[in-house]
Amino acid sequence: MKDRSKGFNLETRQEALMREAYGRTLAELGEKDSSIVVLDADLSTSTKTSVFAERFPERFFNVGVAEANLMGIAAGLASAGKIPFVSTFSVFGTEKGLSQFKQSIAYPKLNVKIVVTHGGLTVGEDGASHFCLWDIAIMRALPNTTVVVPADAIETEMAIMAVAKHQGPTFVRLTRPKTPLVYEEGYRYSGHQLKFEIGKSVTLEDGGDATIIATGPLVAEALVAASNLKMENLDVGVINMHTVKPLDERTVLKAAVETNALVTAEDHSVIGGLGGAVTEVLAENRPTPLRRIGVRDEYGESGPWRKLYERYGLTSQHIEKAVREVLKMKR
Amino acid sequence: MVVFDRKSEPHDPGLIRKLKKTALSIRRDVLTMTTRAGSGHPGGSLSCADLLAALYFHHLRYDPENPGWEDRDRFILSKGHACPALYSALSMAGFFSREALRDLRKCGSILQGHPDMNTTPGIEASTGSLGQGLSIGCGMALAARLDRREYRVYVLMGDGEMNEGQVWEAAMAGAHYEVDNLLAIVDRNMIQLDGPTEKILRLEPLNEKWKAFGWHVMEIDGHDMLQILEALDAAEKIKHKPTVIIAHTVKGKGVSFMENQVKYHGKALTEDELQKALEELDRGGEGERQE
Ligand SMILES: Cc1ncc(C[n+]2csc(CCOP(=O)(O)OP(=O)(O)O)c2C)c(N)n1
Repeated sequence: MKDRSKGFNLETRQEALMREAYGRTLAELGEKDSSIVVLDADLSTSTKTSVFAERFPERFFNVGVAEANLMGIAAGLASAGKIPFVSTFSVFGTEKGLSQFKQSIAYPKLNVKIVVTHGGLTVGEDGASHFCLWDIAIMRALPNTTVVVPADAIETEMAIMAVAKHQGPTFVRLTRPKTPLVYEEGYRYSGHQLKFEIGKSVTLEDGGDATIIATGPLVAEALVAASNLKMENLDVGVINMHTVKPLDERTVLKAAVETNALVTAEDHSVIGGLGGAVTEVLAENRPTPLRRIGVRDEYGESGPWRKLYERYGLTSQHIEKAVREVLKMKR
Repeated sequence: MVVFDRKSEPHDPGLIRKLKKTALSIRRDVLTMTTRAGSGHPGGSLSCADLLAALYFHHLRYDPENPGWEDRDRFILSKGHACPALYSALSMAGFFSREALRDLRKCGSILQGHPDMNTTPGIEASTGSLGQGLSIGCGMALAARLDRREYRVYVLMGDGEMNEGQVWEAAMAGAHYEVDNLLAIVDRNMIQLDGPTEKILRLEPLNEKWKAFGWHVMEIDGHDMLQILEALDAAEKIKHKPTVIIAHTVKGKGVSFMENQVKYHGKALTEDELQKALEELDRGGEGERQE
């Protein structure tokens, strides 16, 4: 047996809540900038906008279980120069507030930040009614909209700071449970200090044989896969595509040229998300052997999120298998 | 066919006692199931236990051996997160085995975290995203009219759920189409997810709102079994407009440390808490029997 404990290993990795990092960062931002306002739709205790609410009750609006109105009120606040951060679960923000987000926010390019929690299968036991495995696809399709999917709690903090400075409609997608930390304190990886920039991916591991392009909690899975494959003498790179729109096309094409074997990985449907975005770029510019890791056109079901990852093919083992397949395709 | 059609049985003390016992069993199931699952929504499941007992063990007409029976009454749990209570009632009614309750929220279970009409016998509509049940109910009521069928449609909603605009779109439609075979029930437990309803988004005057939308409105104590039964019967006599029953309830009803507590909206009890809660429910149950 190969010793797998030495590489990137989920069992020994620390875990943290993206939602907590979000709430904390939001409160810090509120301290510095009085134009920041926060809105929620009866989920503030879950999304952690409650942290901001406690500090700045007069700048916090809990509009009740009313997601359409939530988006509309945010639009009004933004048009008067406020910087609204709007939170609910992904399924409700994306699906119930979509028309209002498009018509009242994205089309007129208003400076509203939608930060949803409970993204992907990480919702777990609540089940299919609460999954939104197409939020990236839907939001990405809307003009003027930036889509950010942080990989862990540390990157969440970086992303929220960057998004606050960024001008225009933005969608940020977080998870529900504690997830493994990819980065070290202060946004470092393997000792290297990194910089978070919207639209610019982070290359975590270089590799000459194949490249995994991952986003959200699947970045950690991708790192485990790459580290395991290294023990089989396969040199596999890992790119964290934390911004799905605008996509860092240059880095995607560079990886395609250098390794000619790509795997995309996301906790999302294989239709229209990161896999879709990468495939579009490659098909038009440089057709490349590729496999997509993601949920295969299904609504999903209830269960502990780790079990669901196994059931729906989102674990490091599935990524390893996809890399082997894509290596065969390239030959 | 084992059609349950018990509506005409008299509302005597024997029936009331039986239904109260059933409600108690639902409460026990809700707490046991959610603790075993390690998640779920006990608070709002307990508040509607008496309503479900009255509906499924006296008022509704259905056939557990033939869940698709065309003339069955339809019940929609619009506040889908309270499904542990509904699953308990459906299992006691014979739609599926009692053992199935053990697997709530587990991978491969027929009991999903929120109701799924294609997975669970007896579930009439897939819900979980709040605010959608009354529209579906309206559609079912219209279908009954088109098909000249006698069945009635029942929709149970949360009070926090009243925040959703769609509820009021459906309210307008129900009155406009004069669907008097549609009955809405509001579980008025005064608490939603983040806190008290009147603090998050004021609902009052709720009675007048429904009236203004053209509905016949009744208000009852949602834990008084006789009041529930009488209201369900009375609603059937209202013609040319839909009826809504505002059932005043207590979130977490039946377990003192859970009652009116926001935190038990979406949190399962620990094993220790569960034991305490079950003991208290048993004591309460005995109290009822001595009445
Ligand atoms: C559209 C939608 N938004 C948000 C939620 C999350 N959520 C689940 S329960 C709940 C509170 C519901 O309160 P209420 O209707 O009063 O239910 P009850 O107190 O009877 O449990 C919320 C906001 C949801 N299920 N659906």
